[in-house]
Amino acid sequence: MMKQIEGSEAVAEAVALCRPEVICAYPISPQTHIVEGIGALVKSGALSPCAFINVESEFAAMSVAIGSSATGARTYTATASQGLLLMAEAVYNASGLGLPIVMTVANRAIGAPINIWNDHSDSMSQRDSGWLQLFAESNQEALDIHIQAFKLAEELSMPIMVCMDGFILTHAYERVAMPSQEEVDAFLPPYEPRQVLDPDEPVSIGAMVGPEAFMEVRYLAHAKQTMALERIPEIAAEFEAAFGRKAGGLVRRYRTEDAETIVVALGSVVGTLEEAIDAMRDRDVKIGLLSIRSFRPFPLTAVREALQHAKRVVVLEKAFSVGLGGVVSTDVRLALSGIQLHGYTVVAGLGGRSITKDSLERMLADAVQDKLEPLTFLDLDWGIVNRQLAREASIRKSGPIAENLLRDLGTVQAKAP
Amino acid sequence: MLQIRIHGRGGQGVVTAAELLSVAAFEQGRHAQAFPSFGSERTGAPVVAFCRIDERPIRLREPILAPDVLLVQDPTLLHQVDVFQGLRSDGYVLINSHRSLGDLGIGELTDRFDKARLITVPATAIALQYLGRPMPNAVMLGGFAALTGFLSIDAVAHAITGKFTGEVAMRNIEGAREAYALVNERLSHRGEIPA
Repeated sequence: MMKQIEGSEAVAEAVALCRPEVICAYPISPQTHIVEGIGALVKSGALSPCAFINVESEFAAMSVAIGSSATGARTYTATASQGLLLMAEAVYNASGLGLPIVMTVANRAIGAPINIWNDHSDSMSQRDSGWLQLFAESNQEALDIHIQAFKLAEELSMPIMVCMDGFILTHAYERVAMPSQEEVDAFLPPYEPRQVLDPDEPVSIGAMVGPEAFMEVRYLAHAKQTMALERIPEIAAEFEAAFGRKAGGLVRRYRTEDAETIVVALGSVVGTLEEAIDAMRDRDVKIGLLSIRSFRPFPLTAVREALQHAKRVVVLEKAFSVGLGGVVSTDVRLALSGIQLHGYTVVAGLGGRSITKDSLERMLADAVQDKLEPLTFLDLDWGIVNRQLAREASIRKSGPIAENLLRDLGTVQAKAP
Repeated sequence: MLQIRIHGRGGQGVVTAAELLSVAAFEQGRHAQAFPSFGSERTGAPVVAFCRIDERPIRLREPILAPDVLLVQDPTLLHQVDVFQGLRSDGYVLINSHRSLGDLGIGELTDRFDKARLITVPATAIALQYLGRPMPNAVMLGGFAALTGFLSIDAVAHAITGKFTGEVAMRNIEGAREAYALVNERLSHRGEIPA
């Protein structure tokens, strides 16, 4: 059924169609509308049986999720930004214990400075947590990936983060095809846990493991993610056969066939990138796009296949590793081991900075001429950066950086120190 | 692609207006994308929301920088925010005001636009009359339908019933239809005056 609804509402309805039995979440922008939506479905009885548990923090949310998943209940939660950081210890426990929790991350920047807007710093900070990370390009794909995620997570007995851009997707009204309950039931079998806390057959989950087996347990987590590299495209194909549309998978190529320049990106920015690429193609620039949909496991082979014949690769990232540069770029470089090509990292859209088609075209025009800096910050305001650097060079008590920059911009009317 | 930017203040239903537009467009078989400006909205603070309407799926996700249509829900913004920024020279402008365009004192701001496509509608007064509350958003959409002809008033009315229920929906629809009629009347009146 086609609907024109908010991304959060679409995800809430899709998660409900997956029949979760426990939902535990703590509200944080821009995730709030998702759990509000599911909460309403539980309250109305549309989603039943399901326990909606109000918890006191994100740490509690993930702890409850671990407990409920260990009892064999299909479990869902959602968070963003500082919320994800607050639950970080339990995030690692969920994957270490092999519990197939599905969690939406409504991607948002991490403070300080406090910022509620979108980038990928939050989920990237949990890159190595052992969770699978799937990125959605649109609200339709976000909806579809959640349905796939429950199936994949439960098959592997591993938790999955479905990452969707906060506000840009979560708060956008778009057309989506909402599947029926019968269609989702036919695609997603009931959860059959590999391990379950059952008073009739007592086991313990969460043993202390010393040096004799710790490495092996960790290796098995890696082995499962490697298996996921095969299952993710298979499940995407099963989904397409059942629902008649493509969603998920490891990567998606756009106009890469003869491309000399390929842009690599994740999430909703690929839509604007496609528009920029079409405009450049009209000017006979051989350029294409590789959208990475599975960031963990990272599809080294698929990325290598897509990029190996290009002359240059531009990785556009909504996060970065301070003191180094790109996060995704590092993985892309690993995928391209031994292949000589020009590689650029473009950090863009941090803290909700708009990524416009015009900016992308300007940056890519520089890239195709190899005039781009190896590490470029798209649309960085060098004026306020240089003023702050000069301030710090000239006086010791230069004051708080964020407040200084806002004052330079005229956003804050406070007096200079 | 048609791009609409809505300016108003927190509490005036600016975001809801953009969502309603997208639903009305969807019901007319179009693709539509509505989204807010993602600020930390507070009651009374300037708020912006966007809506794109197209015949094909919409991929672009940047804010609307060069709108085809401006809806200004609060005329006090005209001297506070550059609401006309990026507006196409042949763009449409609908301003919520009981004054005429000439009386608003924004001549220098609107000189470069097509005057036939600029109009005011007393949406707050209409809302007070029908809703008993100064909530101009749905009323403005009736004016939008009349000014641009891009959406039918029936599609706008149907979208309103999807967002509101019962008497609130009914009264918003009545207000929207009133604005639709008023803007049509003003446009036809203009038509009688030789250019």
